Amino acid sequence: MNGVSRATVTGWLLASPLVVVLAGFLVLPIITIVVVSFWQTTEFAIVPAFSFENYEFLFGSAVTWKVFAATFRYAVITWALTLSIGFTVAYYLAFHIRSQNVQIALFLLCTIPFWTSNIIRMISWIPFLGRNGLANQTLLDWGMIDEPVEWLLYSDFSVILAFVHLYTLFMVVPIFNTMMRIDRKLLEAARDGGASGFQTLVHVILPLTKPGIMIGTIFVLTLVMGDFITVRFMSGSQSANVGRLISNDIGLLQYPSASATAVVLLCTVLIMIAILLRFVNIRKEL
Amino acid sequence: MEHRPRSFYVLTAFFCLFVLFLYGPTLTIAILSFQGESGGLTFPMRGVSLNWFRELFQQQAVGDIWGAFRRSFALGLMVMVTTVVVSVMAGLAFRKRFAGAGVLFYVTIASLVIPSILVSLGVGLIFGQAGLTVHWATSGFGSQLTWTLPFGLLIMFAVFNRFDPSYEEAARDQGASPWQTVRHVVLPIIAPSLIGVALFGFTLSYDEFARTLLTAGSYNTLPLEIFGMTTNVTTPVIYALGTLTTLFSFLIIGVFLLTVWMLARRQARLGSDAGMGV
Repeated sequence: MNGVSRATVTGWLLASPLVVVLAGFLVLPIITIVVVSFWQTTEFAIVPAFSFENYEFLFGSAVTWKVFAATFRYAVITWALTLSIGFTVAYYLAFHIRSQNVQIALFLLCTIPFWTSNIIRMISWIPFLGRNGLANQTLLDWGMIDEPVEWLLYSDFSVILAFVHLYTLFMVVPIFNTMMRIDRKLLEAARDGGASGFQTLVHVILPLTKPGIMIGTIFVLTLVMGDFITVRFMSGSQSANVGRLISNDIGLLQYPSASATAVVLLCTVLIMIAILLRFVNIRKEL
Repeated sequence: MEHRPRSFYVLTAFFCLFVLFLYGPTLTIAILSFQGESGGLTFPMRGVSLNWFRELFQQQAVGDIWGAFRRSFALGLMVMVTTVVVSVMAGLAFRKRFAGAGVLFYVTIASLVIPSILVSLGVGLIFGQAGLTVHWATSGFGSQLTWTLPFGLLIMFAVFNRFDPSYEEAARDQGASPWQTVRHVVLPIIAPSLIGVALFGFTLSYDEFARTLLTAGSYNTLPLEIFGMTTNVTTPVIYALGTLTTLFSFLIIGVFLLTVWMLARRQARLGSDAGMGV
């Protein structure tokens, strides 16, 4: 065939359903958002235009900067917590469990919640954290507090708790996956060389686990950055992040303004991922 | 039994706490859904009753839970089948180098990491501008695929990275056509992994919220219905619903895992003994 190889034609034919879905429900929607972000809102409708007013308003508002800062804060705290918990759990599963069947069973135990509803997993914190919840009752019984603590539910604390609860799996799975591919001879060599268990962990396992950590990091950061429902629900609508800014605008039918915020959020997330991808080759890690 | 280091016991304790953290809240609402008739959203239990489950099956004061469940179930099946078929095709495509494969791969990854609300907003805008009505089976269906397909494709990558091509060469040498090779050699070998893809497709769709929010139209899916309930239902009936849907999810996961296990056993039993001799 002239110019176009057969492999290319077969490749695109086989991939065509994927291309159709991604073009129609990912690429086109994003182009639309970018276009609409330059439109204007009148009292009754949104009108096509090429105006920077949405962006000017967005960047000119102190609220935007505060909300972006809050979003980054959620992302960084959640990342640090999910990474430490996820790494420890993956390390335990990969290096301390010797029977493969037990390993598979425990791994599934960690992943099953991923296949259940996030909304219900959020709701299930209410009886735990509420004013009369289990946590407060227990602390009262133990005499550690004199009256119920108010900041357990509907606070930044509960938001981050829910994030960690929902997203630690996204760290456990890729880190565990990378750890399982570490050649066990390297650990023996480290031990023979006189390294302590901790030294082996820091100088052998940790560097070799970096790709898994990066993939987990990408997942957790993008999920938290783009979230709007966890923050809304767990903070009792008292805290804001970028996602909520967008969903509030949508609620008010302010689509151009919502689109402008969405474009800025998208650019932020893509820049973060571009930086992280410099450290890892995803396709090699599967 | 070899002596275990002390770190093993510390880490075991940590792991148990982690599992408790994962499942504890779910267990709590499971217990509270049996709350007595005068009981509230938190402990103490004021008696034990099936009142809240009964209420679920009666005429709804708000919303349409069973309709939402039926829609979510149907949508889950649609997404599941589509995800399996499209992922396998794309997975086969990516086994050979083709021009533009890199771009397509990165767009797929982008689909996974893009904030869900953008898909919701963008698809909603397109339908709005085109004068179409958003519906769970059209716009909702497409939006959910942008979430399930990347997972499906990544699993297919993992599968084909471990796939031994000598099976196909053998089939080709025996005169099998490319289609026959795929149908009778490749697909049976990767079948257990396809069940995994199906599990992702169904459960991710069944629980999907953000991408369906603006694209489901006037008929809610179950997660949307449940979220609506959180703002106006203040009785344990919401726990009863949560418990039932979680049980349903566990059931589905159990069926899928059992199928994978049985397929793997069948393969091990009927598989070739080539290379096993001395």
